Amino acid sequence: MEQDNNANEHKKLNRRDIIKGLAALPAFGILGYGLWSHFGEQNAGKSHLLEDIGSIIPKGVPNVVQGDPVRIGIVGSGGRGMYLLKALGFLHPDELAEYEENALNDKWWSEYLAQFRAQDDLNVKITAVCDVFDKHAQRGMETGANIHRAGKGGKMAEQPKRFLTYQELVQSPEVDAVIIATPDHLHVPVAIEAARNGKHVYCEKPLSWTVPETYEVRKVVKDQGIVFQLGHQGRQTESYHVAKSLIDKGVLGKVSLIEVCTNRNDPNGAWVYEIDPEASPQNIDWKQFIGPAPWHEFSLERFFRWRCWWDYSTGLSGDLFTHEFDALNQILDLGIPHSAMASGGIYFYKDGRTVPDVLNMAFEYPEKDLTLLYSATLASEKKRGKVIMGHDGHMQLDETLLIMADPKSTKYADKIAEGTIEPNKPIFSYVPGQEKVDAITTATEKYFAERGLLYTYRDGKTFDTSHLHLREWLNCIRLKDGSQPSCNIDAAFEEAMAAHMGTISYHENRRVFWDSVNEKIV
Amino acid sequence: MEYSKTKLVTLILLRWLIGWHFFYEGMVKVLNSGWSSKMYLLDSGGFAKPFFEWIAGNETILNLTDLFNMWALTLIGFLLLAGFWVRIASIGGMFLLALYFISHPPFPGIEYIFPSDGSYFLVNKTLIELAALWILFAFPTAHIFGLERIFKKSFNRGK
Repeated sequence: MEQDNNANEHKKLNRRDIIKGLAALPAFGILGYGLWSHFGEQNAGKSHLLEDIGSIIPKGVPNVVQGDPVRIGIVGSGGRGMYLLKALGFLHPDELAEYEENALNDKWWSEYLAQFRAQDDLNVKITAVCDVFDKHAQRGMETGANIHRAGKGGKMAEQPKRFLTYQELVQSPEVDAVIIATPDHLHVPVAIEAARNGKHVYCEKPLSWTVPETYEVRKVVKDQGIVFQLGHQGRQTESYHVAKSLIDKGVLGKVSLIEVCTNRNDPNGAWVYEIDPEASPQNIDWKQFIGPAPWHEFSLERFFRWRCWWDYSTGLSGDLFTHEFDALNQILDLGIPHSAMASGGIYFYKDGRTVPDVLNMAFEYPEKDLTLLYSATLASEKKRGKVIMGHDGHMQLDETLLIMADPKSTKYADKIAEGTIEPNKPIFSYVPGQEKVDAITTATEKYFAERGLLYTYRDGKTFDTSHLHLREWLNCIRLKDGSQPSCNIDAAFEEAMAAHMGTISYHENRRVFWDSVNEKIV
Repeated sequence: MEYSKTKLVTLILLRWLIGWHFFYEGMVKVLNSGWSSKMYLLDSGGFAKPFFEWIAGNETILNLTDLFNMWALTLIGFLLLAGFWVRIASIGGMFLLALYFISHPPFPGIEYIFPSDGSYFLVNKTLIELAALWILFAFPTAHIFGLERIFKKSFNRGK
């Protein structure tokens, strides 16, 4: 009987069972506290400085304006010209076949190919090609005929017509708009001739090779009322748009110094391009290549590596600084600098070139109280990036964008004292393609954002900036309402003058100034 | 299974520590609306790399994986801590850890962008935690310390 009672007692839930059963309960309390403090800190870390930031991220891509196909003539179907054709949706069948082969066992290539195939149809027709090198002209024609983005043996359309001179091309009634991808010294001659014939112009950067022609091209473009776009595709870079909005909001405080750089360290980056073994005086129209440049005997080196000689090139200032300048002009509305001071030399590539491979330039903007520094070498790949330095913080700007608060900031002093902002750690990061902005939420993301490694994975929605830039130009052409694209002739004029000021300072070993009243470099 | 006091304390401590770890990892992800395993998956290495990259590249699959991962971590952590269905939770935990291990195996010649917190060759902490869960699977303690004790009694009472 008593035993039975005990057994019953044992089966019943007693206090000991409850205690042992719920032994882990306090642990949940402590974990709850841990979570609460974790997210408390994180919310504080978000700083709430940039809550309305969602509105500043460029949304999607403007639609292609409907209308008749724009008939395009391309002047210069070499490396850059072919790239622009690709951005328009035209790839040489051989090259496409090569992509397809690479894509078979390389993910990067398969994504690249898919991106090209997914690119919107811009409703253009390549009707004319002009290149002084027969082989390039032929390739340009074959590319223009590939309207179905087909590989070798695919169905091709009629080939565009080849013109032997750009003068003839721009007069063709079959051409509505001209793309200029020639060496620098021919940009303006072609642009002026095209504009005079009422053709719209997309001109590769830099705008001009000499100072006097810069005024002339601006005048002709404006007088003719054509749609003009300079080929700074950085205008389409998302992070620049975001940077502009942030700086306009005063996130950095007073900006006093901007540092931009070029660092390259390979022959290709130093303009020592391959020389085509098939090229010869027989298939290159050398006289036309020389154009306005000083006469020189036929030289394959000069033809293929023209960027190394002032005779055809604008050097580091025109070729590479202009990218940086235009980005900053877009973000900070800099305009033409008050003065420029440059120095440098040919320190690495002793290959007979005349343009320097190391160049440092300081541009002053006394009205804006800031200095723009440019520093370049073609013999080191040390990454320096673009840095915009303000009293309250600095911005590191590449494809990604990071803002760091300054330890001695006035604006953030309270938050730094409170510990809600940690100086020299990103208070803001923007990674293109990511929808969220104030997004450094996990250690992994923070790490990737700081190293800018997220960029190549943009949800499969990477856009070629050149495609967007051409698209903007074509949309303005079709709108026919007088609208001009983002890198219009005024922006182009500013870009050219800034670059020329640096180059003149380098040549003349003196500080040069911009006389804004008379619009002259003095 | 009979345990000495030392054995029991050891096993329960191990169960609680792992449960704590899983629960916190899971809850942090659940409460952080912006969390995604995408970057982690893209950084994977070894023979299964293409599989994890495929998950990362597919929006729907990625979202499902994220959802499954965060709630599985939380639930497993809860069960280990509370002491309920511990054997099932142990197997689930081992499965998750095995996935983490094969996505980032510490094999020679594989480099990851995201740095590791130590130096590992073939064996890393993920694998050790997996082995520890194996111990919990083999030596159950929830019927002594844990919700299982209460439920078992309540369930048995009617008999």
